[in-house]
Amino acid sequence: MTTLQSYLILSALLFSIGLAGALTRRNAILVLIGIELMLNAANLNFIAFWRYGPHPEALTGVMFALFSIGVAAAEAAVGLALIIAIYRHYKTANLDKVTTLKG
Amino acid sequence: MHTGFLLLALLTLASAGAAMCLRNLVHCALCVAISFVSLAALFLTLDAEFVGFAQILVYVGAVAILIVIAILLTRDISGHGQSLVFKPWTLGVGVGALVAGSLVSAVTSSAFTHRELPPAPAATVRQLGESLMTTYVVPLEIIGLLLTAALLGAVLLARRENEGGGRS
Repeated sequence: MTTLQSYLILSALLFSIGLAGALTRRNAILVLIGIELMLNAANLNFIAFWRYGPHPEALTGVMFALFSIGVAAAEAAVGLALIIAIYRHYKTANLDKVTTLKG
Repeated sequence: MHTGFLLLALLTLASAGAAMCLRNLVHCALCVAISFVSLAALFLTLDAEFVGFAQILVYVGAVAILIVIAILLTRDISGHGQSLVFKPWTLGVGVGALVAGSLVSAVTSSAFTHRELPPAPAATVRQLGESLMTTYVVPLEIIGLLLTAALLGAVLLARRENEGGGRS
């Protein structure tokens, strides 16, 4: 049988891949993808702890994962709108070139 | 350990790694969609059917499509021939490896994580809906408000500069 440990290790590795990608990539969209991967790793942890926990009938972990998916959808929409606004202004999505806060 | 879990875990990690390493942005978006689908399958193996289908609807149906559209709209004209990653890329990968090492060592040293799968709970959609309408009704309303605010904010952010530039 699969133990809780294997799910937790998978989620830790997925989180680290997302973190490394968000720290190293230059394109703003890829940084956002890295953040989405980290959020998904956290969701996997919620579901795994709910399933292996002492009171799975309380549905707490499932509810938390559902709300987390909703917040992540809002975050993706606002993040991509910000990237498009930055692209219109600077004509690039390269984070190295976006160096000033004011115009 | 189940071979099904092993295959899904390998698919998830490989597609996530490919999404973070490939040069072509469209390939990255497709790889991250594959990663989302295999995570939804992992949710199904954990008896969380509703979350699995919500994951497919929201992430594969909405977020991945949104990412593809954003890639389409932000074609980097001046970006050809440049390296895609920050110069000290070993720093970022090192931080990632450090986090992975500390998390995995913490997980493997904990006694709690060795427990076997308990019998499947009966988490039907009916129960989920009932608790969403009773116990979790305030968070539900708040997330509705948050999604409306995010929708309005995204529209406003994406069109502001257009109006300032005039209609030409």
